[in-house]
Amino acid sequence: MAQEITLTVNGATHTNQVEPRLLLADYLRSVLDLTGTHVGCDTSNCGACTVSLNGDAVKSCTVFAVQADGADVTTLEGLASDDGTLHPIQEGFWEKHGLQCGFCTPGMIMSSLDLLSKNPNPTEAEIREGLTGNLCRCTGYHNIVLAVQFAAEKMNSGS
Amino acid sequence: MVTSSFDYYAPTSVADALALLDQHGDDAKLLAGGHSLIPLMKTRLAEPAVLIDLGKISTLSYINEQDGGLAIGAMTTYSEIAGSELVQSNAPVLAEASGQVADNQIRNRGTIGGSLSHSDPAGDLPAVALALGAQLTTSSSGAHRTISADDFFVDLLTTALEPNEILSEIVIPALPAGTGTAYAKFANKASHYAVVGVAAVVTVGSDGTCQSARIGITGAGPKATRATGTESDLVGSNLDDSAVRAAASHAGDGIDFNEDVHASGEYRAHLISVYAARAIRAAVENAS
Repeated sequence: MAQEITLTVNGATHTNQVEPRLLLADYLRSVLDLTGTHVGCDTSNCGACTVSLNGDAVKSCTVFAVQADGADVTTLEGLASDDGTLHPIQEGFWEKHGLQCGFCTPGMIMSSLDLLSKNPNPTEAEIREGLTGNLCRCTGYHNIVLAVQFAAEKMNSGS
Repeated sequence: MVTSSFDYYAPTSVADALALLDQHGDDAKLLAGGHSLIPLMKTRLAEPAVLIDLGKISTLSYINEQDGGLAIGAMTTYSEIAGSELVQSNAPVLAEASGQVADNQIRNRGTIGGSLSHSDPAGDLPAVALALGAQLTTSSSGAHRTISADDFFVDLLTTALEPNEILSEIVIPALPAGTGTAYAKFANKASHYAVVGVAAVVTVGSDGTCQSARIGITGAGPKATRATGTESDLVGSNLDDSAVRAAASHAGDGIDFNEDVHASGEYRAHLISVYAARAIRAAVENAS
C-alpha cells in the first residue's frame, strides 16, 4: 500500500505516494528523474548510489524512501551553483581527471563531500580510508585522491 | 533488487513500537540501520510482512556517562560512537571497533543495537560487548529486562531477545584503573567484515601482572564468544611476550570454526591465536 512521504531534495520539497519497498536510490532516479545517483552493485558495497541524508553520506540502495520521510537529501545534482559553477569537489575531479569511465564518480563526489565536511584537512591516508565505501573498477584511485586534495585546498582557501 | 511487499510503520516512541510489535507478532521485523536486514530482504532471505522502523524514535539515540561507564541508546550509529570522546575515554575499544566497521556510509546508518540484535557471526560489536561485560537492557510492553552480554548471543543470528522485546540500551561498566583495551581484526578486504576479530580488555596491576582479562572473539565460529581459556591463562601472568603467546594459543579452544570462501576453519584457527595475541599486546600497551 502506497504511503505519502515529504522530503527535501536539493533544496526543493517533494511529496509523493510511494510503495514502502521503493528504495531511496530508485525514488531519486525513477520518481524525481535525478539520474546522477547511480546504482552499481545494489548490495551496499560499491557506493555509486551515495547521497547525503541529513548531512551524512549514505548508500541510497540500502535505504527505503519511506525512511527518508521528513529528511533533507542532497544528490550530485545539488552541488553545482544555479549558474553552473561547479562545486570545488566537482572541479577537483575535472581538473585532476579523477575519473576514467565515470560511473563511480557521483558516489565518489558525495562521499568526498561527507569526508571534507567532517575533516577539512584530511591526509592522503584519511582520504583513502574515507573513500573505502566507494569502488572504482577502473582502479583510478590515484587521481581521485588528487581531486579530493585539490578540493580541500580550494575549500579551505575560501575561493 | 526489489524486496517483497511489506507494511511500514515508523513509530516515534518505544511504547508505540512495542504496541506494533505486540499487534503484528512474528510477521514483524524491527528495522534499525537496515544494513543487515535490507540486503537480506533484497535477496528474499527475509520477507517480513511488516517493518517497524525504529529510526524516528529519537529517545533511542544517545551516549551518556553512567557510573564511570557508559549508557548508549540502541539506535546510536557506529559513526556517532566512533567519534564520541566519551566513548573514546570510557570504553576505547568500542570506539576503535566501531570505526572499523565496514565503511563510512555504512557506519553512518548502522547501529550498535542492530549489530548486537542481528548477532552476525562476523559482526564486530558482539565481541566488544562481551569483552566489556556489557549489560543489555530490553523493553517489552510494561516490562524491562537486563541481559548480560555473556547470555545474549545464543547461536548463529540468534540472541536471547524474545519476539516481543526491543533492545533499548547498552550499559558498559566502568573500567578499573590500570585497564587497557584494544580490538584487532583480520578484515575481509571488500566488506570489512571480520574473518576473525578479537576484543581485549586487560587490567594490569602496579606490579605488571594481569589482574583481570576479558577476551571477546568474533568471526571464528557461529557466534561471538569469550576466550575463557586465554583469559584464565593471562590472569596472574607477567604479560610478557611468551605469556601472551601461550595464552593466545587457547583463543580458539572449543570453537566450531566457520568454513567459507574467505577462510578455511584451519586458517581461522591459526588467525585467531595471532589476532588474540595482537589484541592483548595492544591492550597491555594501552593500559600504561
